[in-house]
Amino acid sequence: MKESYTTIIGMEIHAEVKTSSKMFCGCKNDPFHAPKPNIYTCPVCLGLPGALPVPNKKAIEATITLGLALGCKINMLSKFDRKHYFYPDLPKGYQISQYDIPFCYDGIVQTSEGTVRIRRVHLEEDTAKLMHSTINNEAFDSAQPRPELTSKGEHVTLIDFNRSGVPLIEVVTEPDIHSASQAKEYAKKLRQIIRYLGIAECDMEQGGMRLEANISLRGIRNQESGIRNQELPPYKVELKNINSFRFLEKGIAYEVARQAEILDAGKTPIQETRGYDAEKQITFTQRVKETAEDYRYFPEPDIPPIRVGHTWLSAIQRAMPEPMDGVFSRWQKQYGVLPEYAGQLCEKPEQATWLEGLFQAFDAAGLAVGMCVNFLVHKRIQVNLFSDSYETICNTFQQATQLDDVSDDELNRVVSEVVLQNPKIAAQYTSGKTQVMNFFIGQVMKRMQKKLDAKKVERAVKKIIAQQNHELS
Amino acid sequence: MLLDKTIQELHKGLVNKEFSVFDIVKECYDHIEQSQRKLNAFITVVDKDAALKQAMEKDKAISSSSLLYGIPFVLKDTYVSRGIRTTCASRVLGDFISPYNATVLQKLLDAGAILIGKMNMDAWGHGATSENTDFGPVRNPWDATRVAGGSSGGCAVAIAARMAVFAIGEDTGGSIRNPAAWCNITGLKVTYGRVSRYGCIAYASSFDTVGPMAKTAEDCAVILGVIAGKDPYDATSSSNDVPDYVNIMQTKKVKNVVIGISKEFYGDGLDSDIRQAIFDAQKVFKDMGVIIKDISMPLFDYGIPVYYLIGPSETSSNLARYDGVRYGNRRDYFTEETTRRIMMGTHALSTGYYDEYYRKAQKARTLFIKEYEKMLSVCDVVLMPVTPTHATKIGEFANDPLKNLLVDVYTVSQNPVGVPSLALPCGFSQSKLPIGMQIVGKMFSEDLLFALGHQYQSRTNWHTQKPSL
Repeated sequence: MKESYTTIIGMEIHAEVKTSSKMFCGCKNDPFHAPKPNIYTCPVCLGLPGALPVPNKKAIEATITLGLALGCKINMLSKFDRKHYFYPDLPKGYQISQYDIPFCYDGIVQTSEGTVRIRRVHLEEDTAKLMHSTINNEAFDSAQPRPELTSKGEHVTLIDFNRSGVPLIEVVTEPDIHSASQAKEYAKKLRQIIRYLGIAECDMEQGGMRLEANISLRGIRNQESGIRNQELPPYKVELKNINSFRFLEKGIAYEVARQAEILDAGKTPIQETRGYDAEKQITFTQRVKETAEDYRYFPEPDIPPIRVGHTWLSAIQRAMPEPMDGVFSRWQKQYGVLPEYAGQLCEKPEQATWLEGLFQAFDAAGLAVGMCVNFLVHKRIQVNLFSDSYETICNTFQQATQLDDVSDDELNRVVSEVVLQNPKIAAQYTSGKTQVMNFFIGQVMKRMQKKLDAKKVERAVKKIIAQQNHELS
Repeated sequence: MLLDKTIQELHKGLVNKEFSVFDIVKECYDHIEQSQRKLNAFITVVDKDAALKQAMEKDKAISSSSLLYGIPFVLKDTYVSRGIRTTCASRVLGDFISPYNATVLQKLLDAGAILIGKMNMDAWGHGATSENTDFGPVRNPWDATRVAGGSSGGCAVAIAARMAVFAIGEDTGGSIRNPAAWCNITGLKVTYGRVSRYGCIAYASSFDTVGPMAKTAEDCAVILGVIAGKDPYDATSSSNDVPDYVNIMQTKKVKNVVIGISKEFYGDGLDSDIRQAIFDAQKVFKDMGVIIKDISMPLFDYGIPVYYLIGPSETSSNLARYDGVRYGNRRDYFTEETTRRIMMGTHALSTGYYDEYYRKAQKARTLFIKEYEKMLSVCDVVLMPVTPTHATKIGEFANDPLKNLLVDVYTVSQNPVGVPSLALPCGFSQSKLPIGMQIVGKMFSEDLLFALGHQYQSRTNWHTQKPSL
């Protein structure tokens, strides 16, 4: 009989903080919209001899804000540390990060599958970006190389320092996540919170938010003693560089199956870093760590320890919006709006304020708020949220929801007439020109002099056209 | 000779048109042409014609806005300078040209001072004799078979041989004070954070200090007034007010100031001439009305291990960027001494050794800070030697790195604490080699150190002695 397993996942999520300047210098922090590589650089973020880092207060405040929103405790005396490794995208030979005293620790995020404890939230600097290229192709030309140094067709690696030194928040969980779906839910929720607080844009495709999952399986069957096995497995697989929630979910699911198969065969999976191949939908080995890497952390001597202090902390607290979870659960009670719908409409505190006004307007106009929100989320009614006036939106809803009745027989009769009288257009629809549907819907309503549910008319038109085509063939 | 004058005297002469900036700069170059070949103090001499042209420009609009207006100076080659190569005395950097100026350089240029050269040193600050350099050892102007001291050896020689009016050195564990003592000039290790480190190539970031080297305490006070202060580009620079050092130096009463003397400083390793010279200096201070008091510093012997664990740890990190990818040459161009320090530091920070070495050294550093606090609560300043011996022969330490480390025994303990220390001439050995002493004060007490140094120098003439070249 096969062993059954508990999936154990801990996550590390990085998000690039949206400050106007970089973490330790005054350079513009906008790596994704830079018109050219290496334009937002200076001695500090290039790691030139003699340059020194000066920490960005706004980035520290953003980190503490996120920590508070996650219910973390705050280290009143914190510091930065140097983490050493050699890589071409790291110009100083070390990354300024936080080691043993992060700004925030011990928080929680609730998911539908259970509580996920947050181990720590810390602040560090992002690295430069490497671009692997071949000379004389487009990417290389736009980087304005020095042609005398290289020859055509040569493979080169280019470095863009626009991203070097951009503030990066890292959120680390305890190994509390037990399924691929929970990992996805946690990551999405964290992004929602970060965006809501205005800390980061979390553009996944650009790498503004990066997901990492440490995955391992623990056997739960052979517990003859009846005592639940709580020990962490003797290995973990790091799934890295995932840039979408869907890939995260699929990657974890793949890993769980892969590891179960190895364990079933009586072996232990190798401790390694794996990537996810979205095309083949598999994970693959990136790096096997033979020994633990020694980053030789030590306190960054160029930056004095940071004393947070009660005055600063309460100023940060005061500047925080009402917690998003709190707003959504209040809306559910007060207006019957489902929290997942609220999350789809509302990403920022100012949007929450605006939406709250809209809900009140719906209420006053005698409209069911829950239903209206449902319509908005599924785009069954076209309005411009956050720009149209409440009055306009309420009117649209009132008109749209007051429909005339019509019997199926009568509708089918009129639809048949219209379709028969317009064979060419019906043929166009059949050949794939689906936008002609609106013509039929308009004709039907005009002929009946009634305001009908467009979806219902559409279904009828499709049915009639299909019947006709069937008869013809 | 114009270059025998103090900065204030030069300034007065310029304003009164007794001589010109051109004359001063010309004299510097005459002396450079006369002595550079023999002493090897410079790594890079600024083009003479360009410097003289600058001097003539300055002469057109003599300004009394700053005492440093029109004054030629040199920089230890650890400070980055736009348009002039910066080597840190290492071929690893090759002919690196910085796109920006160090803050200290920019402040001096803004004050109207004229940069005429970048000075030889121990590569990356690693050394106490200015022999650990890829540009050949610096020679002592008092005896060219001897070293100049280090690591700011080239700077000290430039002042002693009157090749510049003043220099900016850098002191991590004695690098300003040791060559000052061996070349008979005055040098100040400032309070950590007093002067911006921005643009100073880091040796050990938590020890590195940027300070003046000149003929007198008075000159050092003038220079510090210009270069001190908060720099938004250096998070460790202090926002404490910059006092009017020159004024305080001249007016501050030193009567009843208490100078502490600790027996630990006068042990077996100390040369007898140096012991005698400092004993004589105590008499001068007593004549000034200063009180001499016996104190004790039991932790004195731990200075070397603390310094040689934390210093190399930080340097192993600071030099990581010179990875052979971006700058001049590969890492195998690091000298043996530098490689040794990188390896020691890497080891001290490694997993499994961190607690035993780096952390323990940091704990000892904390004890040191407390020890100094205690010492400086029973006296105002502490008087001690700068070095245990006078200048050594070139090559003497080449095969004895440990002995090389011990040259710093008196100067390494101030940097982990952060306190300032003024080194100044106080005599000569029987073999006619200069001897220096240092006055160590409380954090940000440079004004008191200047007052003591200045008033000592008004009563003595050790600092006016110069080598015959």
